[in-house]
Amino acid sequence: MSLVTEARLSSATPAIVIDGVSKRYATGAVALDDVHLEVRRGELLAIVGASGCGKSTLLNLIAGLDSPTSGRLSVPGGRPTLLFQEAALLPWHTAAGNVELALRLRGVGRAERRARAAELLEVVHLGGMGERRPHELSGGMRQRVALARALAQEPDILLMDEPFGALDAMTRDLLHDELERIWSETGVTIVFVTHNVREAARLGDRIVLLTSRPGRVAAEFPVDIDRPRRIESPAVSRLATEVTAALRLEVARHGR
Amino acid sequence: MDVDQRDVDQRDVDQRDVDQRDVDQRDVDQRDVDQRDVDQRDLDQRELGQRELGQQLAGLDALEGDEAGAPGRLSVLWGRAWPKLTALVLAVAAWQLVVLSGWRPSYVLPGPSTVLDEVVRIGGTGAFWQALGVTASRAAIGYGAAIAVGSVIGALVATIRPLRTAVGSLITGLQTMPSIAWFPLAVLLFKLSEGAIIFVVVLGAAPSIANGLIGGVDHVPPLLVRAGRMLGARGPTLFRHVVLPAALPSCLGGLKQGWAFAWRSLMAGELLLILPNRPSIGSQLDFARDLNDSPLLLAYMIVVLIAGILVDGAFGAVDGRLRRRRGLVDTAT
Repeated sequence: MSLVTEARLSSATPAIVIDGVSKRYATGAVALDDVHLEVRRGELLAIVGASGCGKSTLLNLIAGLDSPTSGRLSVPGGRPTLLFQEAALLPWHTAAGNVELALRLRGVGRAERRARAAELLEVVHLGGMGERRPHELSGGMRQRVALARALAQEPDILLMDEPFGALDAMTRDLLHDELERIWSETGVTIVFVTHNVREAARLGDRIVLLTSRPGRVAAEFPVDIDRPRRIESPAVSRLATEVTAALRLEVARHGR
Repeated sequence: MDVDQRDVDQRDVDQRDVDQRDVDQRDVDQRDVDQRDVDQRDLDQRELGQRELGQQLAGLDALEGDEAGAPGRLSVLWGRAWPKLTALVLAVAAWQLVVLSGWRPSYVLPGPSTVLDEVVRIGGTGAFWQALGVTASRAAIGYGAAIAVGSVIGALVATIRPLRTAVGSLITGLQTMPSIAWFPLAVLLFKLSEGAIIFVVVLGAAPSIANGLIGGVDHVPPLLVRAGRMLGARGPTLFRHVVLPAALPSCLGGLKQGWAFAWRSLMAGELLLILPNRPSIGSQLDFARDLNDSPLLLAYMIVVLIAGILVDGAFGAVDGRLRRRRGLVDTAT
């Protein structure tokens, strides 16, 4: 583990505390059942699970888009924001316009908005693409604009719901590098939900495995692999194999 | 001798000390340099990695862009013009054939060239422009009021659930009601006045405008609403920055339909309620029928048709621009 990470993880109060949280929908379906989880400040936590494990529900709860049926959930780590699997850009705005709207809703003045949006697009390597409209961008570019828009909110916590799930492998690899760089430069806390175990091992400081229907924390895997990592490295593969084995066991439970 | 020798020895020792210190200092310097080199290399490495990542991403981005150039402006214009021109030529030819067949005498059904002459002639008269001015101002006031009323009602009904349950179907009912059915009541309420005509125009157009807005709000993708809420937009701010712009294409459909209803209601109103000293397109039509002046009648009908086509063209242009900006146009065709 690198020095930077170690220093960050030692910060006293956690960023997110989830204490016995359950979520039951009006239909009677139980999405989450008695989930206990603590996310440290500055941590990059990867959550993996099969379909129906309530990953998205968990993120919605942390983001405040929904509230738990029972249990306590607090976010002392500051303001969270959520990135979806689809970029969810507003199609009537340009790339820069989307970022500017985030700034505008935070009360940033017009002149400053323009300059700041250009800077943020530069951060995600999209300088000069600001005037393009969402439909003129590829999936990976749209996702980077969404990331720039999220960063415009200056969040303390970045919640990511399978953000690279719909991208091709090449683009995804590059975006892993990109995300890791932004994470290490900003010190933001990241909760990264994915069904891709390798991706979790590539990015996470820690991997949490959720069970399906209802979602519970099944296991935790510390990731003791030095950064920068490569997704094809033997250490990442080894860990991914271990986590996949646990995940398969969990999925098989539902086959009986 | 002894003393001298000791002195020399001492000096030797001193010299050696100095030498040693020099060496130490040089060692330290060397280590500093080494360390700085390492730091520099680390930084270079990171910068290089950063630049490489940027380059790779830029490469992927460039490969994603399409290579096809946009077609020329002239060819686009021609592409839109020729079907219209062909349709026009066919319609005029059909009209001419009916006239030539002798189905009706030519003073009842004049041919296209006679009517065209008449259009040009009335275009040179002050009466025509005065009538057009009156009709246009009624259209603008009535339609403008319908937009205001329809938008407010639409926005309220779309966002307040009990209100929706209460009056949602009533709005659709009003939309299907022929506006001419309102005229007797309008005359009772407003007498023979501008107010009666405007009243019917608003009642004709507002339900369509409200329904367009309601339908648009219903079809806003929930993901965009969630994204808006994640950006910190709530209530009216969310409505203004996310819901309304997302509903705009459907709103535009409602506005266009509302215009069609407004224009029809206006023509009906002007034919039914002929106000003294207020010549309008409708009153001129009535006047031409009274005089059995077929060319004049048809000339005014063509003016009504042209007005409708022009406004529809304006809506089409706005709609096309909206869809292009949002990537809702298939560029492959």
